[in-house]
Amino acid sequence: MVPDRRYGVTAREAGLVACHRCELVSEKDLQRCPRCNARLRSRKPQSLQRVWAWWIAGFLAYIPANLYPMLTTRQLGRESADTIIGGVIVLIEYGSVGIALIIFVASVVVPMSKFLVIALLALSIMRPSRLSQKARIHLHEVIEFVGRWSMVDVFVVALLAALVQLGAAAEVNPGPAAICFALSVAFTMLSAQAFDPRLIWDTLPAKSKMEKQA
Amino acid sequence: MTLLACPACDLLHEVPDLAPGRRARCRRCDTVIVSGQRVSLDRTLAMAVAVTVLIFFALFFPFLSISELGLSNSATLIEIALVFMSGWTAPLTIAVALTIVGIPFLRAAILVYALGPIRFGYPIPDKAAQAFRLSQALRPWAMAEIFFLGSAVALVKIIDLAHVGFGAAFWAFCAATLIIAFERNTTDSAAIWSLIDDME
Repeated sequence: MVPDRRYGVTAREAGLVACHRCELVSEKDLQRCPRCNARLRSRKPQSLQRVWAWWIAGFLAYIPANLYPMLTTRQLGRESADTIIGGVIVLIEYGSVGIALIIFVASVVVPMSKFLVIALLALSIMRPSRLSQKARIHLHEVIEFVGRWSMVDVFVVALLAALVQLGAAAEVNPGPAAICFALSVAFTMLSAQAFDPRLIWDTLPAKSKMEKQA
Repeated sequence: MTLLACPACDLLHEVPDLAPGRRARCRRCDTVIVSGQRVSLDRTLAMAVAVTVLIFFALFFPFLSISELGLSNSATLIEIALVFMSGWTAPLTIAVALTIVGIPFLRAAILVYALGPIRFGYPIPDKAAQAFRLSQALRPWAMAEIFFLGSAVALVKIIDLAHVGFGAAFWAFCAATLIIAFERNTTDSAAIWSLIDDME
């Protein structure tokens, strides 16, 4: 590993450690942050292992989240069950394209891109990446910000099931996919949080040009 | 001048005291290191107190109600979380209750606990720094604003099928969410940390 000194030194190279919680810079020998008492670590311990563990757990939960119904509706004796995708299709049929789009983005596009981006970031630490370091930092920032919004569909189910309880006329109940989906969102949030972006900068950018010349 | 490391890439910076509204970005990766926002103790405290009161009241009043063909039903925030209680979605009840009211309430209460004594000239509580650290760690799990988007989606879904009424809790929660969003954009955690630092 060759340290990148073009911009200056990192806290770690200077024998310092910045608290991950309150950002106070301390000597690296300290165990705990003198300001907020958080345990001091220069890098998140076992970052990649934990990223992959949460990633796999999130992915496994995402499969039943799509196969089982998110909610079941009973209207005048007729019962129907909707999966995530099924719910989106019903919304389009009723003409609520905007709402369908919100649910589709929050429940399908965001989780899928989260899996892709986190995997890409973790792999980029394990082998040379074509993406610039800055681009990867931004990807991580975006995924941490956007990921939590996936929960919106779980809240919609909660509200509908709490409100639409009109006996024989209409009744909505949550399906097993709701908890699988919520778990998947929580696990992937933990996966993104476990990723330490500092790892992206701990080695020099890919030396593809130099390698070609050699 | 303060010595700070970029939270995204660990590069050390000597950051000068910034004028209000200015932000310092990392030389290498462009991540915002500090924004020069002054903490207005009065404003932050007022917002935190307002949020705790609003969320507390929102618990006891109906959030939304519907009526159709002579049948009607209303739900409070607690009842909304309780829909998952039967069967194996039961753990979701706790998760939903925490993310929509528990954690947003706790985060506001921590601010009141840590900053309240400073404002009124009392010594800062021993656990203020640890409490504020917890509040920062819980930040991604406070989902009041996401629940609010969820309410909007649910409303559009049922508004054609039944008559919908807005309860007192809906407006209280609406106000709390707006204040939380405003607070997130105007309070800089670094400034609160230095305030706690100065007091200890």
